[in-house]
Amino acid sequence: MVFKLLLGIWMSAVIVVAFLYAPAAEGFAQPDAARIIFFHVPNAIVAAIAFIVAAVYAVMHLHSRSLMDDAKSAASAELGLVFTALATITGSIFAHIQWNSWWNWDPRETAIIILLLVYLAYFALRTAVDAPDKRASLSAVYAILALPAMVFLMFIMPRVMFSLHPQDTLISEGKLDITYRLVLYPAILGFIGLYVWLFRIRTALAEIKLKMRRN
Amino acid sequence: MKAKTSSEPGIIEMLARSIAVLRKDLVCEFRTRYAINAIVLFAVTTLIAVSFSVGGAGISQPIQATLLWIIIYFSALSGLSRAFVKEEESRTATALKLAASPGAVFGGKLLFNILLLFMLEVVIVPLFVGMMSLQVKGWLLFVMVLVTGSIGLAVAATIVAAIVSKANAKGALFAVLSFPLLLPVLITGIHGTQAAISSSVFMSGIDDLKLLVSYTGVMFVVSLLVFRFIWED
Amino acid sequence: MSVVISLELRDISKSFGARDIFSGINAKTGPGCLVVTGRNGSGKSTLLRIIAGLIAPTTGEVVLSLDGQQVPSERRRDVIGMVSPDLALYDELSALENLRFFARVRGICRTDDQLRSSLAQLGLEGREDDRIASYSSGMKQRVKYAFALMHQPPVLLFDEPSTNLDEEGIRAADSIITEHRRQGIVVLATNDQSELRYGDNVLELGGS
Repeated sequence: MVFKLLLGIWMSAVIVVAFLYAPAAEGFAQPDAARIIFFHVPNAIVAAIAFIVAAVYAVMHLHSRSLMDDAKSAASAELGLVFTALATITGSIFAHIQWNSWWNWDPRETAIIILLLVYLAYFALRTAVDAPDKRASLSAVYAILALPAMVFLMFIMPRVMFSLHPQDTLISEGKLDITYRLVLYPAILGFIGLYVWLFRIRTALAEIKLKMRRN
Repeated sequence: MKAKTSSEPGIIEMLARSIAVLRKDLVCEFRTRYAINAIVLFAVTTLIAVSFSVGGAGISQPIQATLLWIIIYFSALSGLSRAFVKEEESRTATALKLAASPGAVFGGKLLFNILLLFMLEVVIVPLFVGMMSLQVKGWLLFVMVLVTGSIGLAVAATIVAAIVSKANAKGALFAVLSFPLLLPVLITGIHGTQAAISSSVFMSGIDDLKLLVSYTGVMFVVSLLVFRFIWED
Repeated sequence: MSVVISLELRDISKSFGARDIFSGINAKTGPGCLVVTGRNGSGKSTLLRIIAGLIAPTTGEVVLSLDGQQVPSERRRDVIGMVSPDLALYDELSALENLRFFARVRGICRTDDQLRSSLAQLGLEGREDDRIASYSSGMKQRVKYAFALMHQPPVLLFDEPSTNLDEEGIRAADSIITEHRRQGIVVLATNDQSELRYGDNVLELGGS
């Protein structure tokens, strides 16, 4: 309850600050529109986190064979799908403003669309297996296998091949104003909090469903 | 009464058992010719369709490289998925599980799929080079990218084939599940092939080869680790 | 050389989804024959598959001991031979090629003469080089016995052992069972009244 309240306040503050406090970012095609990165970047980060969490619970499921671990893995993948979709949409809007085209097949854009495909394939697999035990172990294996593919597409191939995305501007160089980082980092934190909150709801729901089926 | 006292098989023994599975699959394959017919006919048909429509037009190198890999990829989809589905359908999977360790089974199926892809390429690549009047400057790089890329395709396709053999709606699911896992291989394969077509310098494609080898290696290790969770249910 | 062997089922249960097949199965047997009976759908085949390590029980465990040493699950395939209706050999291969393949993949050495004589003992003389696809269902059943026995496993699991067999085949199966139960374990899943006589122990599923 307290967590939910704090999260609501925190996210509201992030939104207010993103639009009113942070200055327009010079160096972008349309400085004011660049405010979308306060939402685009956290979405993409949470999408990656959700994916890793899904893979971690997948490993735990293969070890424990517990259906609860499977449900957690699926819940995280479900949220990952939502955040990936949001990151794709916000990214596409920004690409249209910045580079004047909705889609460029830049390596990061390729990576996010593949992430979307991985999640969709994951849920296609889940609906294609009837027995809960088997569904759990097969989808766990797929979540684990998809991880190296994602790491290659997201982190290794953009380094080797050319990318339109600013390389590490947010982490290293002084290209972005310090006030930008002061807003971006709390925004990332807020989105992670949002993910945790939603994940706990999904998990609690899955637990009730499992108990009901047992009885 | 004699109790079997074989200890855990070492790597050489595992390889020998994998080859036993491979030989069995090859014999079965040559007696039915299911996969090889499907895969080669599919590839030749696609190649003729492609070359018929763009053959004389002098298309650019990136598109030539892409077309070659797309033909290989879709032919692979049509043939490689059979590896485990066949065992499940003919109910021989139980006997295989009772006799063979999961590692040997995965190894054998992987070797079979690699061989199948190589056989396909021996037919399709010379045809492609001829029909599309492809000028390759760096042959060594060209061949090495094809070989490592095929092994990469085979690794990912084999483990996905194992997953799919346990699910319903097998045909459609194989394409859906394998595409994301095969994409790193496809992208780097296309990139490397393009480098081989346009440059005679071997090092121009070394990054792509490194990526292919490392991705294939990672996928192989992960697949080997998780395979028994699919195979033993 | 004789080997002390024991098989113990500890509180085994199995459910597929929400449907419980059986639960609380306990049994212990040394050399001899354990007969598993029960109406259709009571889970006889499932129990045998669990003992063979083909599927995992939902709860409980199967403990197999050789000379007081517990057999680890990844070595269970070396000590178990199984004949079952839902087990098939390769149709595209001959009986001899099938056995040759399974010997290689088990990592055991068997000459063709040894394999031929094992097939001859099951009344398949002269047909060893024909493909399994051309066999009758009774002949296929006989090849399965050769498959199950080839690595001389101390534990044999027979699911409805006389399926499709004629008089002569049943006699062959009978001699295998009576021979084996002296020193090894035979687990027999059957509803055939005449096969109940093998049982040193009888486990009835779905009885209560």
